[in-house]
Amino acid sequence: MQLVIIDSGGANIASLRYAIDRLGVASELTTDPNKVRAASHVILPGVGAAADCMGRLEKIPGLVDTIRKLRQPMLGICVGMQLLFESSEEGEVPCLGLLPGRVRRFADRDDLPVPHMGWNQLEFDATSPLLRDIQPGDHVYFVHSYSAPVGPLTLATATYGEQFSALVQSGNVFGAQFHPERSARIGSLLLRNFLQLQPTH
Amino acid sequence: MRFRDHVVVGDILQLATRYRDEGADELVFYDITASPDGRTVDRSWISRIARILDIPFCVAGGIRSVSDAEEVLGEGAEKVSINSPALADPELISRLSARFGAQCVVVGIDSQTVDGEYQVYQFTGDPTRTRNTARKTLDWVREVQERGAGEIVLNCMASDGVRKGYDIAQLAAVRAQCRVPLIASGGAGAKEHFASVFNEARVDGALAASVFHTGALPIPDLKSYLRESAIEVRP
Repeated sequence: MQLVIIDSGGANIASLRYAIDRLGVASELTTDPNKVRAASHVILPGVGAAADCMGRLEKIPGLVDTIRKLRQPMLGICVGMQLLFESSEEGEVPCLGLLPGRVRRFADRDDLPVPHMGWNQLEFDATSPLLRDIQPGDHVYFVHSYSAPVGPLTLATATYGEQFSALVQSGNVFGAQFHPERSARIGSLLLRNFLQLQPTH
Repeated sequence: MRFRDHVVVGDILQLATRYRDEGADELVFYDITASPDGRTVDRSWISRIARILDIPFCVAGGIRSVSDAEEVLGEGAEKVSINSPALADPELISRLSARFGAQCVVVGIDSQTVDGEYQVYQFTGDPTRTRNTARKTLDWVREVQERGAGEIVLNCMASDGVRKGYDIAQLAAVRAQCRVPLIASGGAGAKEHFASVFNEARVDGALAASVFHTGALPIPDLKSYLRESAIEVRP
Protein backbone atom coordinates (compact mmCIF):
# COMPACT_ATOMS: atom_id res chain seq x y z
CA MET A 1 0.00 0.00 0.00
CA GLN A 2 1.19 3.47 -0.80
CA LEU A 3 -0.83 6.06 1.04
CA VAL A 4 -0.48 9.68 0.09
CA ILE A 5 -1.95 12.53 2.10
CA ILE A 6 -2.34 15.64 0.01
CA ASP A 7 -0.81 18.59 1.85
CA SER A 8 -3.72 20.98 1.66
CA GLY A 9 -2.23 23.15 4.40
CA GLY A 10 -4.94 22.47 6.97
CA ALA A 11 -4.37 22.33 10.68
CA ASN A 12 -5.58 18.73 11.07
CA ILE A 13 -2.83 17.12 9.03
CA ALA A 14 -0.62 16.29 12.03
CA SER A 15 -3.42 14.52 13.86
CA LEU A 16 -4.41 12.65 10.70
CA ARG A 17 -0.87 11.39 10.22
CA TYR A 18 -0.70 10.24 13.83
CA ALA A 19 -3.99 8.37 13.41
CA ILE A 20 -2.59 6.61 10.34
CA ASP A 21 0.61 5.83 12.28
CA ARG A 22 -1.49 4.21 15.00
CA LEU A 23 -2.82 1.83 12.34
CA GLY A 24 0.75 0.90 11.52
CA VAL A 25 0.53 2.33 8.01
CA ALA A 26 3.16 4.58 6.48
CA SER A 27 1.98 7.74 4.75
CA GLU A 28 3.58 10.43 2.67
CA LEU A 29 2.51 14.06 2.83
CA THR A 30 2.90 15.70 -0.55
CA THR A 31 1.58 18.06 -3.20
CA ASP A 32 3.55 16.40 -5.98
CA PRO A 33 1.07 15.30 -8.71
CA ASN A 34 3.34 12.42 -9.72
CA LYS A 35 3.37 10.99 -6.21
CA VAL A 36 -0.38 11.46 -5.90
CA ARG A 37 -0.90 9.64 -9.20
CA ALA A 38 1.37 6.77 -8.10
CA ALA A 39 -0.37 6.22 -4.74
CA SER A 40 -2.61 3.26 -4.02
CA HIS A 41 -4.79 5.34 -1.66
CA VAL A 42 -5.16 9.10 -1.40
CA ILE A 43 -6.49 11.21 1.47
CA LEU A 44 -7.47 14.82 0.94
CA PRO A 45 -7.72 16.50 4.36
CA GLY A 46 -8.96 19.99 4.81
CA VAL A 47 -9.57 22.51 7.55
CA GLY A 48 -10.38 26.17 7.24
CA ALA A 49 -12.24 27.93 4.47
CA ALA A 50 -13.08 26.00 1.28
CA ALA A 51 -11.89 28.86 -0.92
CA ASP A 52 -8.48 29.01 0.81
CA CYS A 53 -8.10 25.27 0.66
CA MET A 54 -9.06 25.13 -3.04
CA GLY A 55 -6.71 28.05 -3.69
CA ARG A 56 -3.79 26.18 -2.14
CA LEU A 57 -4.44 23.13 -4.34
CA GLU A 58 -4.74 25.29 -7.46
CA LYS A 59 -1.35 26.88 -6.80
CA ILE A 60 0.39 23.57 -7.53
CA PRO A 61 0.59 23.07 -11.30
CA GLY A 62 -1.23 19.91 -12.37
CA LEU A 63 -2.46 18.93 -8.90
CA VAL A 64 -6.17 19.69 -9.32
CA ASP A 65 -6.25 17.96 -12.68
CA THR A 66 -4.48 14.93 -11.18
CA ILE A 67 -6.98 14.71 -8.31
CA ARG A 68 -9.88 14.90 -10.74
CA LYS A 69 -8.55 11.95 -12.74
CA LEU A 70 -7.64 9.61 -9.87
CA ARG A 71 -8.96 6.06 -10.16
CA GLN A 72 -7.62 4.76 -6.83
CA PRO A 73 -9.59 5.07 -3.58
CA MET A 74 -9.62 8.68 -2.42
CA LEU A 75 -11.04 9.98 0.87
CA GLY A 76 -11.83 13.64 1.42
CA ILE A 77 -12.08 14.63 5.09
CA CYS A 78 -14.11 17.59 6.39
CA VAL A 79 -13.40 20.51 4.02
CA GLY A 80 -11.56 17.92 1.91
CA MET A 81 -14.93 16.19 1.46
CA GLN A 82 -16.64 19.49 0.69
CA LEU A 83 -14.09 20.19 -2.05
CA LEU A 84 -15.20 16.99 -3.83
CA PHE A 85 -18.49 18.68 -4.75
CA GLU A 86 -19.16 21.11 -7.58
CA SER A 87 -19.18 24.22 -5.46
CA SER A 88 -19.39 25.59 -1.95
CA GLU A 89 -21.41 28.45 -0.60
CA GLU A 90 -18.34 29.29 1.49
CA GLY A 91 -16.62 31.97 -0.58
CA GLU A 92 -18.80 31.03 -3.58
CA VAL A 93 -15.97 28.90 -4.86
CA PRO A 94 -16.00 26.27 -7.62
CA CYS A 95 -14.58 23.01 -6.26
CA LEU A 96 -13.30 19.74 -7.73
CA GLY A 97 -16.66 18.67 -9.16
CA LEU A 98 -16.12 14.94 -8.58
CA LEU A 99 -19.51 14.74 -6.89
CA PRO A 100 -22.63 16.59 -8.03
CA GLY A 101 -24.11 19.22 -5.77
CA ARG A 102 -23.34 22.21 -3.68
CA VAL A 103 -22.12 22.52 -0.11
CA ARG A 104 -24.28 24.87 1.99
CA ARG A 105 -23.96 26.72 5.27
CA PHE A 106 -26.04 25.52 8.21
CA ALA A 107 -29.06 27.73 8.68
CA ASP A 108 -28.62 30.17 11.57
CA ARG A 109 -30.84 29.05 14.41
CA ASP A 110 -31.11 30.34 17.94
CA ASP A 111 -31.14 26.86 19.45
CA LEU A 112 -28.22 25.38 17.50
CA PRO A 113 -24.81 27.01 17.58
CA VAL A 114 -22.76 27.05 14.36
CA PRO A 115 -20.12 25.60 13.89
CA HIS A 116 -21.55 22.18 14.59
CA MET A 117 -18.80 21.04 16.88
CA GLY A 118 -18.73 17.86 18.88
CA TRP A 119 -19.72 14.22 18.92
CA ASN A 120 -22.76 13.20 16.92
CA GLN A 121 -24.30 9.96 15.74
CA LEU A 122 -24.01 8.33 12.33
CA GLU A 123 -27.29 7.20 10.79
CA PHE A 124 -27.32 4.73 7.93
CA ASP A 125 -28.90 1.60 6.56
CA ALA A 126 -26.50 1.20 3.65
CA THR A 127 -23.90 -1.52 3.58
CA SER A 128 -20.50 -0.43 2.40
CA PRO A 129 -16.99 -1.76 2.92
CA LEU A 130 -16.28 1.67 4.41
CA LEU A 131 -18.79 1.01 7.20
CA ARG A 132 -17.56 -2.44 8.17
CA ASP A 133 -17.82 -2.98 11.98
CA ILE A 134 -19.44 0.44 12.38
CA GLN A 135 -23.02 0.52 13.72
CA PRO A 136 -25.79 3.07 13.18
CA GLY A 137 -25.80 5.29 16.27
CA ASP A 138 -22.02 5.24 16.68
CA HIS A 139 -20.56 8.62 17.64
CA VAL A 140 -18.00 10.51 15.58
CA TYR A 141 -16.47 13.96 15.98
CA PHE A 142 -17.66 16.83 13.79
CA VAL A 143 -16.36 20.37 13.38
CA HIS A 144 -17.98 22.29 10.53
CA SER A 145 -20.24 25.17 9.53
CA TYR A 146 -20.98 23.91 6.00
CA SER A 147 -22.33 20.56 4.87
CA ALA A 148 -23.41 18.58 1.83
CA PRO A 149 -27.11 17.83 1.41
CA VAL A 150 -28.37 14.26 1.55
CA GLY A 151 -28.55 12.67 -1.91
CA PRO A 152 -28.16 9.44 -3.83
CA LEU A 153 -24.42 9.33 -3.03
CA THR A 154 -24.96 9.58 0.72
CA LEU A 155 -23.74 6.51 2.66
CA ALA A 156 -24.47 7.86 6.14
CA THR A 157 -26.13 10.93 7.53
CA ALA A 158 -26.02 12.87 10.76
CA THR A 159 -28.55 15.35 12.07
CA TYR A 160 -27.88 18.81 13.38
CA GLY A 161 -31.14 20.70 13.05
CA GLU A 162 -31.23 19.28 9.54
CA GLN A 163 -30.01 16.01 8.11
CA PHE A 164 -26.77 16.23 6.15
CA SER A 165 -24.29 13.86 4.50
CA ALA A 166 -21.77 12.47 6.98
CA LEU A 167 -20.29 9.98 4.49
CA VAL A 168 -20.58 9.96 0.71
CA GLN A 169 -19.31 7.77 -2.08
CA SER A 170 -19.22 7.81 -5.83
CA GLY A 171 -17.09 5.01 -7.26
CA ASN A 172 -13.55 5.44 -5.96
CA VAL A 173 -14.31 8.81 -4.38
CA PHE A 174 -15.26 8.88 -0.67
CA GLY A 175 -15.91 11.75 1.68
CA ALA A 176 -16.24 12.00 5.46
CA GLN A 177 -17.62 15.20 6.93
CA PHE A 178 -16.44 14.23 10.42
CA HIS A 179 -12.85 13.83 11.60
CA PRO A 180 -11.97 10.13 11.74
CA GLU A 181 -8.56 11.05 13.14
CA ARG A 182 -10.27 12.42 16.25
CA SER A 183 -13.23 10.04 16.43
CA ALA A 184 -11.71 7.47 18.79
CA ARG A 185 -12.40 3.81 17.94
CA ILE A 186 -15.05 4.47 15.27
CA GLY A 187 -12.80 6.88 13.40
CA SER A 188 -9.97 4.41 13.49
CA LEU A 189 -12.28 1.73 12.03
CA LEU A 190 -13.26 4.05 9.22
CA LEU A 191 -9.65 4.79 8.32
CA ARG A 192 -8.80 1.09 8.50
CA ASN A 193 -11.75 0.25 6.22
CA PHE A 194 -10.69 2.89 3.72
CA LEU A 195 -7.11 1.63 3.65
CA GLN A 196 -8.38 -1.91 3.04
CA LEU A 197 -10.27 -0.92 -0.12
CA GLN A 198 -8.75 -2.53 -3.15
CA PRO A 199 -6.92 -0.09 -5.38
CA THR A 200 -8.33 -0.03 -8.89
CA HIS A 201 -5.75 1.54 -11.15
CA MET B 1 -11.36 17.87 31.32
CA ARG B 2 -8.97 20.57 32.39
CA PHE B 3 -5.35 20.01 33.22
CA ARG B 4 -4.25 22.76 35.43
CA ASP B 5 -0.95 22.79 37.17
CA HIS B 6 -1.88 24.12 40.56
CA VAL B 7 -1.14 20.67 41.81
CA VAL B 8 1.14 18.08 40.34
CA VAL B 9 -1.18 15.74 38.55
CA GLY B 10 1.30 13.14 37.47
CA ASP B 11 2.80 12.46 34.12
CA ILE B 12 0.72 14.22 31.53
CA LEU B 13 0.93 11.48 28.92
CA GLN B 14 -0.16 8.87 31.40
CA LEU B 15 -3.11 10.99 32.45
CA ALA B 16 -4.08 11.69 28.87
CA THR B 17 -4.03 7.97 28.15
CA ARG B 18 -6.14 7.25 31.21
CA TYR B 19 -8.79 9.80 30.26
CA ARG B 20 -8.81 8.62 26.64
CA ASP B 21 -9.44 5.07 27.80
CA GLU B 22 -12.08 6.13 30.32
CA GLY B 23 -14.12 7.83 27.61
CA ALA B 24 -13.42 11.56 28.02
CA ASP B 25 -14.84 13.36 24.96
CA GLU B 26 -12.26 16.12 24.81
CA LEU B 27 -9.24 17.23 26.79
CA VAL B 28 -8.03 20.74 27.55
CA PHE B 29 -4.39 21.23 28.47
CA TYR B 30 -4.19 24.37 30.47
CA ASP B 31 -1.01 26.13 31.44
CA ILE B 32 -2.67 28.65 33.63
CA THR B 33 0.57 30.35 34.65
CA ALA B 34 1.63 31.06 31.07
CA SER B 35 -0.05 34.44 30.66
CA PRO B 36 0.74 36.10 33.98
CA ASP B 37 4.43 35.20 33.70
CA GLY B 38 4.68 36.66 30.24
CA ARG B 39 6.13 33.38 29.07
CA THR B 40 4.82 30.85 26.61
CA VAL B 41 4.15 27.17 27.05
CA ASP B 42 6.83 24.65 26.21
CA ARG B 43 5.23 23.04 23.17
CA SER B 44 7.31 19.91 22.70
CA TRP B 45 4.75 17.86 24.62
CA ILE B 46 1.87 18.69 22.25
CA SER B 47 2.90 16.36 19.48
CA ARG B 48 3.59 13.60 22.01
CA ILE B 49 0.02 14.01 23.25
CA ALA B 50 -1.32 14.17 19.68
CA ARG B 51 0.31 10.84 18.85
CA ILE B 52 -1.53 8.98 21.58
CA LEU B 53 -4.89 10.78 21.69
CA ASP B 54 -7.66 9.80 19.30
CA ILE B 55 -10.06 12.39 20.68
CA PRO B 56 -9.95 16.15 20.21
CA PHE B 57 -7.85 18.30 22.48
CA CYS B 58 -7.37 21.97 23.07
CA VAL B 59 -4.32 23.85 24.31
CA ALA B 60 -4.71 26.94 26.47
CA GLY B 61 -2.16 29.32 27.87
CA GLY B 62 0.41 31.67 26.43
CA ILE B 63 -1.04 31.91 22.93
CA ARG B 64 -0.62 35.56 21.98
CA SER B 65 -0.22 35.55 18.23
CA VAL B 66 -1.17 33.82 15.01
CA SER B 67 2.27 32.20 14.93
CA ASP B 68 1.87 30.85 18.49
CA ALA B 69 -1.43 29.27 17.41
CA GLU B 70 0.07 27.98 14.18
CA GLU B 71 2.71 26.13 16.18
CA VAL B 72 0.19 24.62 18.60
CA LEU B 73 -2.20 23.51 15.84
CA GLY B 74 0.67 22.25 13.70
CA GLU B 75 1.76 19.99 16.57
CA GLY B 76 -1.65 18.33 16.42
CA ALA B 77 -4.02 20.22 18.75
CA GLU B 78 -7.55 20.79 17.39
CA LYS B 79 -8.14 24.10 19.07
CA VAL B 80 -6.41 26.89 20.89
CA SER B 81 -8.01 28.63 23.82
CA ILE B 82 -7.18 32.23 24.61
CA ASN B 83 -8.17 34.23 27.65
CA SER B 84 -5.94 37.03 29.03
CA PRO B 85 -4.31 37.78 25.63
CA ALA B 86 -7.78 38.22 24.10
CA LEU B 87 -8.63 40.79 26.77
CA ALA B 88 -5.37 42.64 26.12
CA ASP B 89 -5.84 42.50 22.35
CA PRO B 90 -9.40 41.59 21.28
CA GLU B 91 -8.32 41.84 17.63
CA LEU B 92 -6.31 38.63 18.23
CA ILE B 93 -9.60 36.68 18.17
CA SER B 94 -10.39 38.05 14.71
CA ARG B 95 -6.93 37.29 13.37
CA LEU B 96 -6.96 33.72 14.66
CA SER B 97 -10.46 33.15 13.34
CA ALA B 98 -9.61 34.52 9.90
CA ARG B 99 -6.50 32.40 9.67
CA PHE B 100 -7.68 29.07 11.11
CA GLY B 101 -11.48 29.26 11.11
CA ALA B 102 -13.78 29.90 14.06
CA GLN B 103 -13.83 26.20 14.96
CA CYS B 104 -10.20 26.40 16.13
CA VAL B 105 -10.69 29.45 18.31
CA VAL B 106 -11.92 29.01 21.86
CA VAL B 107 -12.22 32.03 24.12
CA GLY B 108 -11.99 31.36 27.84
CA ILE B 109 -13.74 33.82 30.12
CA ASP B 110 -13.24 34.07 33.88
CA SER B 111 -16.21 35.76 35.40
CA GLN B 112 -17.90 36.47 38.71
CA THR B 113 -20.56 38.68 40.21
CA VAL B 114 -19.50 42.21 41.17
CA ASP B 115 -22.06 44.79 42.30
CA GLY B 116 -24.93 42.69 41.00
CA GLU B 117 -23.56 42.06 37.52
CA TYR B 118 -21.19 39.58 35.96
CA GLN B 119 -17.70 40.95 35.30
CA VAL B 120 -14.65 39.58 33.51
CA TYR B 121 -11.34 38.92 35.25
CA GLN B 122 -7.87 38.72 33.77
CA PHE B 123 -4.69 36.87 34.78
CA THR B 124 -6.59 34.51 37.05
CA GLY B 125 -3.69 32.05 36.97
CA ASP B 126 -1.73 34.22 39.38
CA PRO B 127 -3.61 35.39 42.47
CA THR B 128 -1.24 38.36 42.90
CA ARG B 129 -1.98 39.66 39.41
CA THR B 130 -5.64 38.71 38.99
CA ARG B 131 -7.60 41.83 38.16
CA ASN B 132 -11.13 42.87 37.41
CA THR B 133 -11.20 44.21 33.85
CA ALA B 134 -14.45 46.11 34.53
CA ARG B 135 -15.80 44.51 31.36
CA LYS B 136 -19.32 43.18 31.67
CA THR B 137 -19.31 39.46 30.97
CA LEU B 138 -22.39 39.53 28.76
CA ASP B 139 -20.90 42.32 26.61
CA TRP B 140 -17.64 40.41 26.27
CA VAL B 141 -19.52 37.23 25.33
CA ARG B 142 -21.22 39.15 22.49
CA GLU B 143 -17.99 40.79 21.37
CA VAL B 144 -15.92 37.62 21.19
CA GLN B 145 -18.59 35.99 19.02
CA GLU B 146 -18.65 39.01 16.70
CA ARG B 147 -14.88 38.72 16.43
CA GLY B 148 -15.07 35.07 15.41
CA ALA B 149 -14.78 32.90 18.51
CA GLY B 150 -16.07 29.42 17.71
CA GLU B 151 -16.56 28.31 21.30
CA ILE B 152 -16.72 29.90 24.72
CA VAL B 153 -15.57 28.33 27.96
CA LEU B 154 -17.13 30.21 30.84
CA ASN B 155 -15.29 29.69 34.09
CA CYS B 156 -17.41 30.85 37.00
CA MET B 157 -14.74 31.87 39.46
CA ALA B 158 -16.81 31.78 42.64
CA SER B 159 -17.67 28.12 42.02
CA ASP B 160 -14.25 27.10 40.76
CA GLY B 161 -12.45 24.61 42.98
CA VAL B 162 -15.31 24.49 45.47
CA ARG B 163 -16.99 21.41 43.97
CA LYS B 164 -20.46 22.55 44.99
CA GLY B 165 -21.91 22.65 41.50
CA TYR B 166 -21.74 24.82 38.40
CA ASP B 167 -23.07 28.40 38.53
CA ILE B 168 -26.31 27.59 36.71
CA ALA B 169 -27.72 31.14 36.86
CA GLN B 170 -24.64 32.72 35.32
CA LEU B 171 -24.26 30.01 32.68
CA ALA B 172 -27.93 30.33 31.72
CA ALA B 173 -27.53 34.11 31.39
CA VAL B 174 -24.53 33.63 29.11
CA ARG B 175 -26.27 30.85 27.18
CA ALA B 176 -29.01 33.34 26.26
CA GLN B 177 -26.36 35.54 24.58
CA CYS B 178 -24.29 32.77 23.11
CA ARG B 179 -24.81 31.32 19.62
CA VAL B 180 -21.59 29.30 19.58
CA PRO B 181 -20.95 26.19 21.69
CA LEU B 182 -20.78 27.05 25.39
CA ILE B 183 -18.75 24.97 27.82
CA ALA B 184 -19.38 25.21 31.55
CA SER B 185 -16.41 25.35 33.87
CA GLY B 186 -15.96 25.66 37.61
CA GLY B 187 -17.73 23.84 40.38
CA ALA B 188 -18.17 20.23 39.33
CA GLY B 189 -18.07 17.98 42.37
CA ALA B 190 -20.71 15.31 41.82
CA LYS B 191 -22.48 13.60 38.94
CA GLU B 192 -25.71 15.47 39.67
CA HIS B 193 -23.91 18.76 38.94
CA PHE B 194 -23.33 17.62 35.36
CA ALA B 195 -26.97 16.67 34.85
CA SER B 196 -28.14 20.07 36.18
CA VAL B 197 -25.80 22.08 34.04
CA PHE B 198 -26.89 20.27 30.87
CA ASN B 199 -30.59 20.37 31.73
CA GLU B 200 -30.87 23.80 33.31
CA ALA B 201 -28.19 25.91 31.61
CA ARG B 202 -28.40 24.10 28.23
CA VAL B 203 -24.61 24.12 27.84
CA ASP B 204 -22.96 22.10 25.09
CA GLY B 205 -20.26 20.66 27.29
CA ALA B 206 -19.11 20.52 30.87
CA LEU B 207 -15.49 20.82 31.87
CA ALA B 208 -14.03 19.58 35.11
CA ALA B 209 -10.59 18.93 36.54
CA SER B 210 -10.09 18.01 40.16
CA VAL B 211 -13.14 15.78 40.42
CA PHE B 212 -11.61 13.60 37.70
CA HIS B 213 -7.95 13.97 38.67
CA THR B 214 -8.59 12.76 42.21
CA GLY B 215 -10.63 9.84 40.98
CA ALA B 216 -13.61 11.07 43.02
CA LEU B 217 -15.85 10.69 39.97
CA PRO B 218 -14.84 8.07 37.39
CA ILE B 219 -15.85 9.11 33.86
CA PRO B 220 -17.58 5.81 33.03
CA ASP B 221 -19.78 6.19 36.15
CA LEU B 222 -20.61 9.77 35.19
CA LYS B 223 -21.51 8.76 31.66
CA SER B 224 -23.80 5.92 32.69
CA TYR B 225 -25.51 8.24 35.17
CA LEU B 226 -26.06 10.87 32.46
CA ARG B 227 -27.38 8.23 30.08
CA GLU B 228 -29.88 7.08 32.72
CA SER B 229 -30.86 10.73 33.13
CA ALA B 230 -31.76 10.82 29.41
CA ILE B 231 -28.82 13.06 28.48
CA GLU B 232 -27.18 11.95 25.24
CA VAL B 233 -23.57 10.96 25.77
CA ARG B 234 -21.04 9.06 23.73
CA PRO B 235 -20.59 5.54 25.15
